[in-house]
This record gives sequence, C-alpha cells and structure tokens, in this order.
Amino acid sequence: MKRIYMDHAATTPTDPEVVRAMLPFWTDVFGNPSSVHQEGREAGRAVEEARSTVAEVLGARPEEIVFTAGGTESDNLALKGVADAKKDRGHHIITSKIEHHAVLETCRFLEGKGFHVTYLDVDDRGSVDPEAVQRAITDETILVSIMHANNEIGTIQPIAAIGRIVRERGIVFHTDAVQTAGHLATKVDELDVDLLSLSAHKLYGPKGVGALYIRKGTKITPFLHGGEQERRRRASTHNVPGIVGLGRAIALAEARREVEGPRLTALRDRLIAGIVGGIEHTVLNGDPRGRLPSNVSVAIAFVEGESLVLSLDMEGIACATGSACTSQSLEPSHVLIGIGLSHELAHGTLRFSLGRHTTEEDVDHVLAVLPGIVARLRAMSPLYQKEKK
Amino acid sequence: MEAYSDKVMDHFRNPRNVGDIENPDGIGRVGNPVCGDIMELYLRVEKDVITDARFKTFGCGAAIATSSMVTELIKNKTIEEAAKISNRAVAEALGGLPPIKMHCSVLAEEALTKAIEDYRARKRDAGKEG
Repeated sequence: MKRIYMDHAATTPTDPEVVRAMLPFWTDVFGNPSSVHQEGREAGRAVEEARSTVAEVLGARPEEIVFTAGGTESDNLALKGVADAKKDRGHHIITSKIEHHAVLETCRFLEGKGFHVTYLDVDDRGSVDPEAVQRAITDETILVSIMHANNEIGTIQPIAAIGRIVRERGIVFHTDAVQTAGHLATKVDELDVDLLSLSAHKLYGPKGVGALYIRKGTKITPFLHGGEQERRRRASTHNVPGIVGLGRAIALAEARREVEGPRLTALRDRLIAGIVGGIEHTVLNGDPRGRLPSNVSVAIAFVEGESLVLSLDMEGIACATGSACTSQSLEPSHVLIGIGLSHELAHGTLRFSLGRHTTEEDVDHVLAVLPGIVARLRAMSPLYQKEKK
Repeated sequence: MEAYSDKVMDHFRNPRNVGDIENPDGIGRVGNPVCGDIMELYLRVEKDVITDARFKTFGCGAAIATSSMVTELIKNKTIEEAAKISNRAVAEALGGLPPIKMHCSVLAEEALTKAIEDYRARKRDAGKEG
C-alpha cells in the first residue's frame, strides 16, 4: 500500500541531495576539525561553510552560530546558559504555557535552582499577547523565551513585537524556531531575537544536529566542557557529516521556501475545509490564518486521538495526536488545554503536518478515508450516543 | 512507543460485541474524559450465566481492545466465574499490553466489577419486590 506521510512536524525524510552532500564526510573527509593536519583542515572547512550557510539564512554572522545535537539541546543551552550567566542580575524568566517541553521542562529545572518563571496564558487561538509580556516584566527579568510557531497547533507568534518590548529593556530574548526555520522567514534582526534554536531533521536534514544562534554580546554559560570547539561555547568533537547535512538542508529549504509555502498553504486549507466542512462536530485548533503552512490540527468530538491515528495508519496514512513527544503520556496535551479545549476534545485531536511530497491527491485520499473512520469509532463511543439523544 | 501485540490490533480492528443491550441485566460505566477513556459494559444474564455482553468505549486502541476482550472472556461464564477475571487475565489474553497501557486493562476490570455489582443489586431489588 502506498504510504501517505503527514507527520512532518515530528520529523522529515532527509533530502537525497543532503545525504549526497554528507556522504564524503564519513569515509573520505573523516578528519577531526580540531586537528591541524590536512584531514582536519578539510573537515574544518566543511564545518565553517555550513556555519556560513546557516548564518546567511538567519541574517547573522558565522561566529554567532553554535552547532548542537538538536533543538532540545539548543533550547537547553539558551535557557540554562543565559540563566546562569545573568543570575547576578536577576532570577526571573518569562515564557508561555504552550512552549515545547524542551523549554517548559528546562524552566521547571531552573525553578528548582531558585529561578522564578512566569508562564503566560495564550488566547483561544494559541497566541501570546505582546502586552502580556510587557506586563510580566519586572526588574528581576533576565530572559524571555517564546516559540516562533507552535508544533501542535501551528500558531505563529508575534515574535518581532515581543522582541521589541523585551530587548528595549535589555532583557535577553530567545525563540524556539524548530518548526519554522527553513519554512518561514527567520532573519534574526527582523524577528528581533538574541537567541534562536533550530533543528536539522525538521527541515529535511539529518537527525541529531541543530544550531543555536547567539547574538554577539549575549552572555551564555556553556554546559558541555572539555574542548575548544564552537569558541568554547559547546565542547565535543564536531558531528561533521551532520553539520554538513544541516548546512545543505537549510540552504535547500530556504531556496524553496517562497514556492513551497503557498503550495502547502493551499493544501492545508483544502484539508481543513474538507474535514471541518465534511465531518460534523469537528473544529480547527489554532489560528485559521496565522498558522504554519503545513499544520492541520483538528479536534474531532466523541472519539479518541490514538484510535484515529491507528485507524489511519491501517489505511496507509501517518499522522499524529496532539504531539509526538507526549503521545506516551496519559495527560492531554498542555497546548490544547492551554487554548481552552475540554479534556475530551483535547484527547480527540489529530495533527496532520504536510510536507514536500504531499500532493492534492494525498489530501483528497485522507478526506475520502477519514469520515468512515470517524463514523466507525463514533458508533463505538458512549459519548456520541449521548450526544445523539 | 512499544508496539501493540497482534491480538490487540486484531481486537482493535475487529472489535467483538460492540453496542449496547436493551434493558440489560447489568451495566458498568467507568472512566472519565480527563484520562481519555470511558467504557460502558452491558450484560444479559440468564440464571446467573452471562448469555450476552456488549460494550461501548471512548478511548485508545488498548481501551477498545481490552473492552472487546473482556466481553469475549465473560460470555457464557457464570457471574461467579466472571467476577474472578482480573485485569491481568484480560491483558494476558491479548498477548500483553505496553506498560503505559496497563491502566486500560484495569478500566476493563472495573467496568466488569461494576456491571456485576449492578446485576446483583438489580437482582436483590427484584427479590424484594417479589
């Protein structure tokens, strides 16, 4: 059976051109970039080329890019690194209730270390109000972290408006751009951020590699010690093939972005209209317009998300419930609860995230199959029977 | 996530005994929307033997499979025999469940316990009337 993969927010297939770019760096150019000999220098050149590429896409300087092992590490380095470096100035951090766990759990860790964290509410579309950020700022505030776009419901945050408020006060501003780098414009000066996290595998690059943009002058305490790599901000031998892959992947994504964005937006809106218009008791989560071009998050009343995902999987369609990272926990998604969904609707939420290979036929196939699956599960649901009565 | 066994997938794909029973002799309702699982178990009992069992479930794959399996396990059993069926027995009959899904088998056992209690209560009330 032909598989239809609609879970690109979880991960993307590595672009074959990216794989080709990485290949020489396993066996031929295998040197350690820290070595002075030719093998080392060649590997080092490739790492610096990738750094320049990432910097160019972000409108940053190469020395402002630190390679990491992925989005989670970038978020951890940003939050813990700034908290530690700024702890003499204050102990207050501001974030939102719908951040990725890589930010939220790092904040909880920092709370255990004596920091105070304000978790801002979002509106029913998942948007953070820049004025709420302003109101939350105190003399103690050292760091604000708000994601560029939400991984579950796709809502794009007013980052530039928040950045202006935060940075004017001399407070460090971080954004988790894991869902947006390579998909939306992510120029750091336009977004007005000091720190930005990104991950290669969300933009058709390899898993296990990411980057953190650190604006020049932003103090950050490293937490990997044991080498001179990355200007002493992150010790550890460079993941040369991975870094090369990230560089190529982000260059390709950036080059395609202006064509791919509108294409995905049209497919997204077709899928949303088909589900919400074609199946009763369904609602779109998030913002109808200010959302990722790839994201379709719908709450389907009276049925449970995992049953839907399993049923779609049997029909060859891969999608997700609230979010892949929490699919093992029984608690409904903090993001869906954060936008005010009932527990029942939060448990009945499906996320389709479209990608490069998604076609109109794929969307129409989902629309042909989904109503039958929902009807079958609703026929089994005690909640649906009550609704009908 | 740890994969579901073939038995679980079979019962998810083709759940046995879905539906309700008109004027049942016992009903067990358990769970709530917060945890994401709600089960309803309906019994038809004749001379203390369960002659029919049906279920309706809002829940994950494991919740549907355990509901289906419990109806299979109790059919044609006496009430006394059925009351002894534990959540482990349901899970084992399904070829095991991923650890994070064991609570679904607990829910199935609770639904069964409640349905039997309901049956016994109805029988007592009927006895009083008679």
